[in-house]
Amino acid sequence: MDIDLFVQYGPILLCGLLNTVLCWIVGAAGGVALGFVIAVAMYYGPRPLRYVLRGYIEVIRGTPFLIQLFILYYGGPNIGLRLDPVPAGILGLIIYGSPYYAEIFRAGLQAVPRGMIEAGRAMAMSEGTILRRITLPILMVSSVPPLTNFSIILTKETAILSIVTVPELLYQVQTMSAETFAYMEAMFALALFYWGFVEVISWAGRKLELKTNAFLSKELSA
Amino acid sequence: MTSENASSVEITALGKYYNSFHALKNINLSIPAGKVTCLIGPSGSGKSTLLRCINFLEEYQEGAVEIDGQVIGLESVGGRKMSARRLREMRRSIGMVFQQFNLWPHMTAQQNVAEALVQVQGLSKAEAARKAAAALQKVGLGDKTESFPNRLSGGQQQRVAIARAVAMEPKLMLFDEPTSALDPELVGEVLTVIKDLASEGMTMVIVTHEMGFAAHVADQVAFLEAGELVSCAPPAEIFRNPSDARIKAFLETYHARNQF
Repeated sequence: MDIDLFVQYGPILLCGLLNTVLCWIVGAAGGVALGFVIAVAMYYGPRPLRYVLRGYIEVIRGTPFLIQLFILYYGGPNIGLRLDPVPAGILGLIIYGSPYYAEIFRAGLQAVPRGMIEAGRAMAMSEGTILRRITLPILMVSSVPPLTNFSIILTKETAILSIVTVPELLYQVQTMSAETFAYMEAMFALALFYWGFVEVISWAGRKLELKTNAFLSKELSA
Repeated sequence: MTSENASSVEITALGKYYNSFHALKNINLSIPAGKVTCLIGPSGSGKSTLLRCINFLEEYQEGAVEIDGQVIGLESVGGRKMSARRLREMRRSIGMVFQQFNLWPHMTAQQNVAEALVQVQGLSKAEAARKAAAALQKVGLGDKTESFPNRLSGGQQQRVAIARAVAMEPKLMLFDEPTSALDPELVGEVLTVIKDLASEGMTMVIVTHEMGFAAHVADQVAFLEAGELVSCAPPAEIFRNPSDARIKAFLETYHARNQF
């Protein structure tokens, strides 16, 4: 294994990592936001809207990300949607992730005891206040672990962005291996980068979990 | 009759359906201001449903519930549903206590009480916290302000729930089987708090299976069975001299169950 290669290609590998992280952060955050809106709309919205959103979830969840990205990037210009690789990649991640996030939130919403919401109504709170102050904190307890889980899956889906020439990690590593024929080193580096990245997210997820369910802790008493 | 800090409730020809099930049948009931009305009857008789119609947590299809002369939930008798905003306006003066307490688990006792003071009444956080602490003090939980609900006994949780409702200074309090989910030894502490509140003169409607309590605090007792209001009379009449065979039968089962 040739360690010098990593020194020589360090800057472009780092640049690749940064692009991967950027696409993931914006893609996951956007997916979570869109997923939440879809879940809330399905919960409170009128029946026709629910059917439309159910259709969206089924279609996006039922097709490979690779195909979705191809259609968005290469098919987009046909309908006037001309995007640069990075924005196209991020938009793709948001669309691809949103139905999974929506289903996590939908399950979480259904698990919030009805009595908690009724107590809010009886106290003359508006539905918006109830959602923000009561439903959301309670639903996060059950939702954070699966949200972390899917966000980790999404880190590895970012590798697919290389096919629309987003200069992310896999794209840069492929450049390196094509120029140096050092395939073993390249793949090894790639695996290591993703693993490190995932560990950071996993750690952050556990922190968030502890924060959202602090009130369940046995140590908390007065 | 309406007094400064107590509402009166007038229930007229009230009908409620769950799909084809006729849950409440032509209920007519007057709840005078400042008095305690207990709703009793067998399980499934419609007591809780009737109570929940009073703050429109349950929608009704026939007749009306009027609070201080104003129909709740509908724009007029038999009319369209009122706006969410106007319903909230009416609910501001109605407190409710639930069988399962329904405290918000992610908030401490004090936060539970302060929440609506801030979000609904628009008090500052400091003012709400002060008021919440005072309300908890009043139900004997001055030392539990920082406890989360899952660290409190059922009786303590229900007292927090009562403090939460009372802190809003309602003119009408609804209690939906407030002691039914409690271990027998915890029932007393909750009933004592309710009794104290009753002496302060706010209108109270209490669905209960505690006949001794009802006999003691109620000004009138309404007996329901199978969605019908069988009788509404002073407790002495209901408990000592029931006019209807159904009430007699109900009380006999109750006494049989409580003998040992």
